[in-house]
Amino acid sequence: MATTADHFHGNAADHGHDHAHDHPGFFARWFMSTNHKDIGTMYLIFAIFAGIIGGAFSGMMRAELAEPGIQYLDTFAKWFGATNPDFTTTLHTWNVLITAHGLIMVFFMVMPAMIGGFGNWFVPIMIGAPDMAFPRMNNISFWLTVAGFISLMCSAFVPGGTGLGAGTGWTVYAPLSTYGSPGMAVDFGIFALHLAGAGSIMGAINFITTIFNMRAPGMTLHKMPLFVWSVLVTAFLLLLSLPVLAAAITMLLTDRNFGTTFFDPAGGGDPVLYQHLFWFFGHPEVYIMILPGFGIISQIISTFSKKPVFGYLGMAYAMVAIGVVGFIVWAHHMYSTGLSVDVKMYFTAATMIIAVPTGVKIFSWIATMWGGSLEFKSPLVWAIGFIFLFTVGGVTGVVLANGGIDDALHDTYYVVAHFHYVLSLGAVTALFAGFYYWFPKMSGRMHSEFLANLHFAIFFVGVNMIFFPMHFLGADGMPRRIPDYPEAYTYWNHFATVGYMVMAASLVVWLANIVYAFVAGRQAEDNYWGEGATTLEWTLSSPPPFHQFETLPVIAETAHP
Amino acid sequence: MISGQTVRCAPRAAWACLSSIALFIAAPALAQEAAGYTPMKPTPGVGMPVDGGLTFQHQYSPLGEYALKIYNWALMPIITVICLFVLALLIWVVVRYNHRANPVASKTSHNTTIEIVWTVLPVLILVAIAFPSIDLIAKQYKPAPKEALTIKVTGNQWFWTYGYPDNGDFEVVSMMLNVPGQPEVNPGTREVGTKPWDGPSHLEVDNRLVVPAGEPIRLQITAADVIHSFAVPSLWFKLDAVPGRINEKVLFVEKPGVYYGQCSELCGAKHGFMPIALEALPRDKYDQWVLTHPGGVIDGKDAAEAAAAPAATPAVATVPVDSPLAASTGAAE
Repeated sequence: MATTADHFHGNAADHGHDHAHDHPGFFARWFMSTNHKDIGTMYLIFAIFAGIIGGAFSGMMRAELAEPGIQYLDTFAKWFGATNPDFTTTLHTWNVLITAHGLIMVFFMVMPAMIGGFGNWFVPIMIGAPDMAFPRMNNISFWLTVAGFISLMCSAFVPGGTGLGAGTGWTVYAPLSTYGSPGMAVDFGIFALHLAGAGSIMGAINFITTIFNMRAPGMTLHKMPLFVWSVLVTAFLLLLSLPVLAAAITMLLTDRNFGTTFFDPAGGGDPVLYQHLFWFFGHPEVYIMILPGFGIISQIISTFSKKPVFGYLGMAYAMVAIGVVGFIVWAHHMYSTGLSVDVKMYFTAATMIIAVPTGVKIFSWIATMWGGSLEFKSPLVWAIGFIFLFTVGGVTGVVLANGGIDDALHDTYYVVAHFHYVLSLGAVTALFAGFYYWFPKMSGRMHSEFLANLHFAIFFVGVNMIFFPMHFLGADGMPRRIPDYPEAYTYWNHFATVGYMVMAASLVVWLANIVYAFVAGRQAEDNYWGEGATTLEWTLSSPPPFHQFETLPVIAETAHP
Repeated sequence: MISGQTVRCAPRAAWACLSSIALFIAAPALAQEAAGYTPMKPTPGVGMPVDGGLTFQHQYSPLGEYALKIYNWALMPIITVICLFVLALLIWVVVRYNHRANPVASKTSHNTTIEIVWTVLPVLILVAIAFPSIDLIAKQYKPAPKEALTIKVTGNQWFWTYGYPDNGDFEVVSMMLNVPGQPEVNPGTREVGTKPWDGPSHLEVDNRLVVPAGEPIRLQITAADVIHSFAVPSLWFKLDAVPGRINEKVLFVEKPGVYYGQCSELCGAKHGFMPIALEALPRDKYDQWVLTHPGGVIDGKDAAEAAAAPAATPAVATVPVDSPLAASTGAAE
């Protein structure tokens, strides 16, 4: 993306701005922050913290699944506070783990890191704005997310029916989540989603307003870096889909506590209505998680190819198309609920259409590198890994899109493999790519490129070992969300658990790299990636001044993407 | 009523009531054995997952075979080629366009022709996939013939009940067998492996869903409490059991055998412990099995009446089209 920041020389002036109000005390700076970079940093730290908890839960699940039989679940049940758990309570703990893992990774890891973290940090800078449009609302968005996380954690320690904690799955399907789960746990979970959802809606309003109103002179919509485009589309998806989730879970709440029967057939309600409402939110949600990743990958590929992104307009409008089509494909998550034949055919056809704009993005990234002069710095290594892993996850999506084929695959490990390839291996790989791309810019310290590449190599092997065999398990019929399984599934489950340990080792390398950067990393230059890095953040110091662009940069007319 | 469509039904309380009645009328296995029915011994590797399996289970229904053919001959080759193609392109740009091989980057940022190509080509591929895919869905929704046998499947926390409205409306309660060395899943049921016909652990049950092979069967699926899902991978069959709804779909098992599946919608603590064991028998054996149940009737006749008029039973068995079952099915609807 050539926004030709080299025409802008207002940078030097920023260094001179060291007024007292730039240096609030610790409490005022971090708890009452209105600074987009500080809030972005807090989002990233929060996402890492939540991700470690969510990742630990997946480690507990993989430990249990390493062998047939129940080995560790009663111990885990005791960790959550159960005394002398019986078999049913023990098994309930499994459902608490899968529920918490899903909710944490979706709402408290990927979304805060992508949108709250990198979005907050770099959207204002990339469009030449001093901060977000509503700095105080930005602060509320963050602390509501934290409050939501605390509510979710509380739910694990209160009764949830057959045991402690909410065991409904992250989809919270009625009626398992209504009369199927007495006790406060599901209420705490619903409250967590309300809080995090309100935070995200406010964040979405903030991003849309910022991007539409606070672009620097000359920064037209069609000159915006693709990361900004991706956050803009994501913000619209959030704004349009989250209220539907809020409505659905509010109906759950009243069904549970106030005697309504929206989802209870005994009172004329319909459990499948909940699924329609949930997935009307839930499908855009998966694009909410991946679109900012697309944006990050576009910036990185362009930087290290030393070329502008190939087919910029196609790339931007492919994301818009994915966003629009993402709203009309939700029932492909519900092929086995008893849809009528016409509905199933429609959703099959509509779902396959998504492969077209996604294909445009994959091919455009490769075309950007084609003819480039590639520098294999760690972010590019991660980005190339992303393209391949996301392709693998994408093509299994085309398989699952076929309603008739999905009769065999729905709710099996094939689906688990598919969505972890696009999210765990797609979104998370994009997050690590973005992390290595921008970490020195945010912290002012260079990480170790050797450790970053080592992290990639181990992570790549580990996640493929975890998730590729899940295609085999799913095709062979292993259902999702079961703590124990027939012996035929032992081999690949054991293999996946070994893969988890490999992946976990890579995270140790990553954390060591962060420590290395702060202890021994050299000072990062303004533009440490060199000539290919052309967006506005590379015109600022590393880390950028507390307030940037007090004099607005002017984007040259000649600049063309 | 069209197969696969959803029909509103009585509130779940009625189903809960039915399934509790079923607890009392399910025939004890011993009585069945005395009456000449012995559960079938499953064939290893048939109708069940295989050790370290890499792909789908072998299919034993015509639509399962068709679906697997679409997967094996269209979907799998296409997605494999796409992945390898992308991988090859990535390897090529890494080798050819690294900064040593290509020190000066080109400035190309547009090429309308190639952008049109990589938009239109995927569309054509998807259209090619859509034809067999839509055709498969249409076939899956073809309703069962009017005279087809109706069997009612009800999901419960955490077991299945199977009702036979065309055979005297008796019901069978089906629970997973306990696993040796593990806590009891269903107190009172025996351990798996204690009978010669027991299949794999976690999949075998005390009372199987017994159906006739070689004819279409109308499965009507609902739930008594929360949502469950009735799934048999080797028959390419999966349909949710939703409280307050009856989901209907045709089941066709090509040949006698035992086919296993598991509940496929999270339904609470013991979701992983309510398997499905489906035993398909030749029509005459199925009829014999029906008559072992108190209240079980074939063509309106119970065991004693059938013995008194032996000519009637084979007629039903060989020519189900002529059976008055059609009338009783119509009444049930």
